[in-house]
Amino acid sequence: MSSDITRQAPPATDSSSLGKFLGDTMRRPEFGAFIGTLTVFVFFAVVTSGNGFLTWRGTAGWLNVAAELGIVAVPVALLMIGGELDLSVGSVIGATSVLVAVATGIYGAPIWLSIALALALGVGVGLFNGIVTVRTGLPSFIVTLVSMLALAGLALGLTRFLVGTPNVSLSVEGAWRFLFAGKWGPASISIIWWVLVSLVAGWVLFRTQFGNWIQATGGDRQSAREAGIRTDRVKITLFILTAVAAVLVGVIQTMTFNGGEATRGQVYVFNSIIATVIGGVLLQGGYGSPIGVMLGAMTFGIVNVGIFYTGWSSDWAQLLLGLLLLAAVLTNNLFRRLAMRA
Amino acid sequence: MSTNIPIIEARNVSKEFAGIAALQEVSLKVSAGEVLCLLGDNGAGKSTLIKILSGVHAPSSGEILLDGKPAAFREPRDARNAGIATVHQYGGTVPLMSISRNFFLGAEIVKGRWPLRRLDLQTMNRIALEQIQSLGVRRVTDSSRPVGTLSGGQRQALAICRATYFGARLLILDEPTSALGVREATTVLKLVAEVRSRGIGVILITHNAHHAMSIGDHFVVLGHGKVVASFSRGEKSAAEVVGLMAGGVELQALELELEQFKPKAVS
Repeated sequence: MSSDITRQAPPATDSSSLGKFLGDTMRRPEFGAFIGTLTVFVFFAVVTSGNGFLTWRGTAGWLNVAAELGIVAVPVALLMIGGELDLSVGSVIGATSVLVAVATGIYGAPIWLSIALALALGVGVGLFNGIVTVRTGLPSFIVTLVSMLALAGLALGLTRFLVGTPNVSLSVEGAWRFLFAGKWGPASISIIWWVLVSLVAGWVLFRTQFGNWIQATGGDRQSAREAGIRTDRVKITLFILTAVAAVLVGVIQTMTFNGGEATRGQVYVFNSIIATVIGGVLLQGGYGSPIGVMLGAMTFGIVNVGIFYTGWSSDWAQLLLGLLLLAAVLTNNLFRRLAMRA
Repeated sequence: MSTNIPIIEARNVSKEFAGIAALQEVSLKVSAGEVLCLLGDNGAGKSTLIKILSGVHAPSSGEILLDGKPAAFREPRDARNAGIATVHQYGGTVPLMSISRNFFLGAEIVKGRWPLRRLDLQTMNRIALEQIQSLGVRRVTDSSRPVGTLSGGQRQALAICRATYFGARLLILDEPTSALGVREATTVLKLVAEVRSRGIGVILITHNAHHAMSIGDHFVVLGHGKVVASFSRGEKSAAEVVGLMAGGVELQALELELEQFKPKAVS
């Protein structure tokens, strides 16, 4: 830190506008994520040539995976930029899916009521995570680990108690189905949700007052507080947003798979962090971009779906993602240092 | 200048923490357009005094006068609303955010109606740049650059500039030069002079007697929670001040002790 302080800032020497444009582009938090997405896309396009990866069906396949992950990963990224983690998103997805399936499928509640209940559950979990984290000062890693375990256990136990099995089927048709599980050929409506969530999050982070507060809260909490920002409220709001996004994915999955499953969704816990970090968000907080995370989710989708088109075992997808994650963390640090050099 | 009513005055202020006296009967005052240098070794009570003046702590006894009237700050916000701004060593800025976003942090300029209410980045960039340059920091030419690219002195300048722009009448600068090199420290001291010429009162806390002597109008030296000396510009030499603040007695004792380690004549 002290080396940053004492270093003399070099005078701006770059006068050419193209150079400035390129320099600015390279310093954007999305730039590394874009290179990553492009690389894996070209890699799979070449390796799977002629196998159908580049067809509409193949493209929709990885877009669907990216979309459902991205809907959760983008708010998780905002939270991470604000300086906290959320491991409970997986449990919220699972709990939502059984809640909706049991309330509507078993007890005959109208679907809007089930969705409203699920939203209330999401807000409740977010409030719990947020309030406990800011009040106790415990790391959010631990607090959300607690709610992840507690909620998963509760969802599983209650469902088995009420229905006798952790899997409950539910078939929804009509407008509700279209809204959450509509399809155009192989492409699902979740892609639109994902793009919407990413664009709104990007606008909020970079163009609104609240976005400024998020960056300051994660960047330097003490300075943010001295400037009069209520950092506790910022964090609690972000915890609620991630939980509500997880509810949305839970509803989408319940309708897509025609039923709820209490154990569903746990893969999202780490996958959302993977997409976030590959998307250029700094694990320590304070820096990142929702558009970068959108690209991170695309990278994840391309790797997971692309591997099928290669005909190799899907085990290799994990290895590839691990390597990508390492490369992302290293380049994130590099780009951050570039950005700090004017 | 001393005929003015002081912006802030501490009268016989004492503070105890769990029965231990941190400050005893300390008095000082600062008027508009004056620089008061607060000197003292670590643990002399400088931070406690600053915290009382900026509303973090309430004094155990004695009183704080604001514009000649008794003031009771219940929290830092009260002091800030009264125009008292504290700038800490690292300037209270967020390194990865731009200069203008930092400048307006917590008081952002927005445009548009609620669901579409957004930052007016153009105006924020323009005002931040104008303000910083008007304080003589000309090397900053682009306020959309991250603060982390600024030097330590420039970061101090940004924080001081922000405080004055948002209406500070009294600046409390907590060790602004202690982490800086010689040239950077000079920049900050010039900035203090510029701020003073605008009629703002300044309390400058420092370890460095030379920095203090170069800029101060009045000086208060604290030691063990008490005022050891209080004097105006020109009344004491830098050597005397160093002697007062670093515990001149200890330094003399040290010199005598070190005498013994001088190399003896080689046989």
